[in-house]
Amino acid sequence: MERLRKIPVTRIEGHGLITIKLDEDGKVKEAKFHVTEVRGFEYFCRGRTVWEMPGLTARICGICPVSHLLCSAKAGDAILAAKVPEAAHKLRRLMNLGQIIQSHALSFFHLSGADLFLGWDEDPAVRNVFGLMERYPELARDGIKLRAFGQRVIELLGGRRIHPAWAVPGGVEYPLDEERRDEISEGLPEAKRIIERTLSLFEENLPRWREEIETFGNFPSLFMSLVAEDGTWEHYAGAIRFVDAEGEVIADGLSPARYLDYIAEAVEPWSFLKFPYYKEHGYPEGVYRVGPLARLNTCERMGTPLADEALKRFRTSAGGKVVTSSFLYHYARLIEILGCIERIERMMDDPDLLSPRVRADAGINELEGVGVHEAPRGTLFHHYRVDEDGVIQWVNFIISTGHNNMAMNRTVQQIAAHYLQGGDLSEGLINRLEGGIRAYDPCLSCSVHATGRMPLVVKLIGPDGKIIRERSLQ
Amino acid sequence: MITLKLDGQEVQARKGQTILEVAMENGIRIPTLCYLEGLSPKGTCRLCLVEVTNWNGKLVPACVTPVEEGLEVITRSERLDQIRRTILEMLFLERNHICSFCVSNGHCELQDLAVELGMDHVTFPYRYPGLDMDLSHEGFGLDHNRCVVCSRCIRACSEVEGAFTWGFQGRGVGTMVAIDLGVPWGLSETCTSCGKCVQACPTGALFEKGVATAAQLKSPEIIREVTERRPRVF
Ligand code: SF4
Ligand code: FES
Repeated sequence: MERLRKIPVTRIEGHGLITIKLDEDGKVKEAKFHVTEVRGFEYFCRGRTVWEMPGLTARICGICPVSHLLCSAKAGDAILAAKVPEAAHKLRRLMNLGQIIQSHALSFFHLSGADLFLGWDEDPAVRNVFGLMERYPELARDGIKLRAFGQRVIELLGGRRIHPAWAVPGGVEYPLDEERRDEISEGLPEAKRIIERTLSLFEENLPRWREEIETFGNFPSLFMSLVAEDGTWEHYAGAIRFVDAEGEVIADGLSPARYLDYIAEAVEPWSFLKFPYYKEHGYPEGVYRVGPLARLNTCERMGTPLADEALKRFRTSAGGKVVTSSFLYHYARLIEILGCIERIERMMDDPDLLSPRVRADAGINELEGVGVHEAPRGTLFHHYRVDEDGVIQWVNFIISTGHNNMAMNRTVQQIAAHYLQGGDLSEGLINRLEGGIRAYDPCLSCSVHATGRMPLVVKLIGPDGKIIRERSLQ
Repeated sequence: MITLKLDGQEVQARKGQTILEVAMENGIRIPTLCYLEGLSPKGTCRLCLVEVTNWNGKLVPACVTPVEEGLEVITRSERLDQIRRTILEMLFLERNHICSFCVSNGHCELQDLAVELGMDHVTFPYRYPGLDMDLSHEGFGLDHNRCVVCSRCIRACSEVEGAFTWGFQGRGVGTMVAIDLGVPWGLSETCTSCGKCVQACPTGALFEKGVATAAQLKSPEIIREVTERRPRVF
């Protein structure tokens, strides 16, 4: 079997490359999603201080800086080994809820809205956020407002919308005051109305996407996320749980700090992104998914009334306990937004939010620390080793998108097999490939999001290894 | 009394004053970096270069050049701005100044100068030296990556605190600040942990341990306040 030689598309970060190989009969033999970027954060963090890491790693991404910020602060907490004030935990939670809302809103409305509501076969000149604005002005406006609410929560806490370096090892830099809390509170009713009507709209449209639900990464796999001690949906603390495609809990209460005991990473020569898998099941059988879909599959309840009702509908829609179609990441995202808004609502009366004691000061008490956290896209791990003075010696990140690497590959395979006809790279096929990847809201790097459209190259390769057709989407 | 011209404007000065001091008294802004009120001027950074018209356009550092009768000085011109920008570029490329996650981001004299002088990019290749941090002191940290070798810490330590902990070692582009005779800060026998060096340092090279990105606020003016409030020894 010939090995495919791949030349990285360009040096620009965040480019995706999809290769589809055909067999003698012109059927899809294999399809792969390659990530062609290297960034080297794990290397250049070495030699910096543990206190700088939240600010430094927040720079990994312009869309989810808050996730890295919080995860890094938590790894720092473990190294200081000091008791973080309860108020600081609550404020960090609040920021993360804002982050999930804004990131999910961006993914659903701005990036996927046009595909979902205008259709994959629509003229690309129209199938974008502007076309959406024209045909569904209220939906587009809702998206902008909802995202702005999430960003405002972050801004009111951290002082800056993008890259707030507010969470620090031991807590947060400064507390919240009444005025800013009230502003968050005032934004809640509208945000809630928006998400409720969007959720209804999505649910009404479900029948229309039957084919996509069947083919956009619908396969059995494991799911992993944090869950609270009592099995409730969780985003900040708790322990790791794996469930299988039948909904059986196959591992529970796993300590995040011991992630190396149950997650291993495989390397493939054709992608810079590693392939994490559940160790006990081996590679590639141990493929698991993370993120909104996984979190809704692992948890027993959302823990807030409206989101819990939505969760029931979500599961019923797939006829069972576990939802296996990656297309329904979109659905899961909307339910999570609802849950986040309800959680913020519930937090608003908590006097702890206004407590001035938000940071524990301590020196270096442990030489190693792991931070774990549910980012909008899934479970995020930061693992640091430091010397006695707190200088970083070694770093390992498992980024949310990485966990879904194998699942994204299966999705590409499934879509190609279903939609490729007559060896033609039609617009509709490419759009669906993109849509399939987009369902995971992958964060290959900031640039993937910057344009609202994924820079993607698709190559169709014949049985002789020659490229038959090649198309790129900018 | 001495009379001289600053940017065409006639001003009065006392004997022994420097061009910079006279300019400051007259509300004329000359960019500086290694100069700090309360410390003896050293003239190491060259950002305060001014042009003396009747010395054939000679460039002199305003912070260490005493005034003379009849001097005609230009403090601001396209040529001077260009030179100052180039000096700044050199400072930026010499070490690893990455503002985005620096403790002093937003409160850094080097960064402020870049903004003031419009230095928005560096036109020479960066050196990217592999430099270490010293976090051995319990309260403070030193990051050589961000040091501009201005010697403000050294002067604050020797002239104001009288501890003589800080010094330079190495030469040329390899010049580094050093503690005692090159020991880790935490092992210093002379450091009184007063923190004046941290306050005097214009960048994030010296900082309070535990501060996060952009969180290091400094009050370099305390150096002047301390020296004004007590009899000067020098
Ligand atoms: S450590 Fe700070 S004050 Fe000392 S020489 Fe370097 S930049 Fe100047
Ligand atoms: S300020 Fe005059 S040489 Fe530095």
